[in-house]
Amino acid sequence: MCGIAGLIHRDGVTNVGREMTAMLRSLKHRGPDSTGFAIYGASVPNEYVMRLKLAEQEDMTRDHRIRPKIRERQAEVDRRLAELGAETVEIAEATPYAFRYRLRYAGDTRGLTTEIEQIEGAEVLSFGSALELIKDLGDASVVSEQYGLGGFRGTHGIGHTRMATESDVDIRSAHPYWAYPYNDIAVVHNGQITNYWIMRREMERLGHRFMSNCDSELLAVYTANNLEKGATLEDSLKASIKDIDGVFTYVVATENELGMAKDTMAAKPMVLYESDNLVALASEEVAIRAIMPREIDTYDPYDEEIRVWQR
Amino acid sequence: MAEIARSELSEQERRSYEMGLHTEPLKGRSIQKFFDVDLRDGHHGFALPNAFEVDFNKRAEIDAGDLETKAVNLRIRELMADGYGTIVIRNPGAKHSIAVGILNRLNLIIDGSLGYFGCGLLDGPNVRIAGRVGWSCAENMMSGTILIEKNAGSQFGAAIRGGDLVCRGNVGSRTGIDQKGGTIIVGGDTGAFTGFMMQRGRMVICGNAGKNLGDSMYDGTIYLAGEPQSLGVDAVWGTMTDLDKSWLETKLRRYELLPKGGVGAFRKVIAGKQLWNYDNLEPTEKKLVL
Repeated sequence: MCGIAGLIHRDGVTNVGREMTAMLRSLKHRGPDSTGFAIYGASVPNEYVMRLKLAEQEDMTRDHRIRPKIRERQAEVDRRLAELGAETVEIAEATPYAFRYRLRYAGDTRGLTTEIEQIEGAEVLSFGSALELIKDLGDASVVSEQYGLGGFRGTHGIGHTRMATESDVDIRSAHPYWAYPYNDIAVVHNGQITNYWIMRREMERLGHRFMSNCDSELLAVYTANNLEKGATLEDSLKASIKDIDGVFTYVVATENELGMAKDTMAAKPMVLYESDNLVALASEEVAIRAIMPREIDTYDPYDEEIRVWQR
Repeated sequence: MAEIARSELSEQERRSYEMGLHTEPLKGRSIQKFFDVDLRDGHHGFALPNAFEVDFNKRAEIDAGDLETKAVNLRIRELMADGYGTIVIRNPGAKHSIAVGILNRLNLIIDGSLGYFGCGLLDGPNVRIAGRVGWSCAENMMSGTILIEKNAGSQFGAAIRGGDLVCRGNVGSRTGIDQKGGTIIVGGDTGAFTGFMMQRGRMVICGNAGKNLGDSMYDGTIYLAGEPQSLGVDAVWGTMTDLDKSWLETKLRRYELLPKGGVGAFRKVIAGKQLWNYDNLEPTEKKLVL
């Protein structure tokens, strides 16, 4: 089933981490397997945030040598960053397997992330100047507390609670997906893509990488491919209605925008609230009410509807 | 081929057929066995087994703000058991499955919005909802009325068998999917696949409809004032009769949705009956005749 949610404040920075946690907590019944957040804070000139994992959560109990392996992998990450000329400003370790690097780097960020992902067990979850992408097994409260999202301030974010259907319960299959190699772009999706393998082969022929077998990852890669060709987010969302087959509602966030698209059958839910200061959307209104406990006017977007909002 | 013999139509049957309606008795227990429109004043109109005797002048309120859905629904039942005929639910907070399975006379006022599956499986109550409703509102309703002041989500009135379901705003996709009776009235627009596999009953759309209106409908009637993006498979335009117009005027006036210019803009969509046709006998019965 899965639950998706997003919000964008048009009047400045708020505690978006706490808001997204509240929204996703209220969608727990739509998917308890994993929870993910892509939230956008203030960017610092010439600085990037890289979120990466060096093992799966399940490795921590299955592989008794995983801790030394992670230490070796992290040493290799540090070595490669230094070799590429990236200055590591800060390293945070939210869990024994997930890391947050704050970097100063003037080179090609695509090359940097590709180089890091060559390391065994390493996956760059996100890269950007404003984006912080966090995903792990468990519900919103667990993941938010684990990664200290309660106090995260920013302007917008998207999130996902996953009920695993067509792929494994692990972090690589959890949402959001970063639109590698595009900085600050993330996607969450509710639905099922029926031309996944056809589209995936097409994207792979174009040189795009896939890290999971989850059909939702295709939307991130597809978006990246469109943006690479010069499309706007709106163009990409519009094209996806025709190109992607299946039932889906998905949400995309960039450094300054929030967008959504609904498939031609309108088979997956989405409820929208719009005001001058705030746009909030979710699979169920109850998620919007989690941050706005008063009576509000909401509506369902129709089939093939796409929307994009700026912060 | 042998002809299928039919007895002469009664006046009621003739008028019903003229409006594209069936006349055979419906199967719902309240409609078939217990509901009698000719019951005299003073009688409550329903005599459902195990129904509570309620007094509409006895009023109670439920603050749903801190209650789980189950607790709200149990509280409604407790109040009905105590004879309360008017219940107001405050702070429903778009929770799911509120006010389901009420098989009783009741005047229910919901002062806010509901989530998914609100007011499903109703048989008898009159409900007024001040806010919006989520997906699958009034699913399988048997009788009663539901009036929603704002918008509604998809699958609005799925498989309803009786009663009036009214939304003043816009509704989502697949409105009245599998509708088997009753009336759905939409003050605004509806989404794609409205009336999908509709089997009986009537639907009134005062605005526009999305694509594939009436797709694969078996029977029933859809009245549309605006434009559809497209008609669905086997949905065709029918001819509006005076009886249709008179019925529309009565219904829309009752819910204060009658357009200023009257019902002249309404057109009628019915089943082409090339895909499904259950007007006559079942296929197994046809074999006996042929």
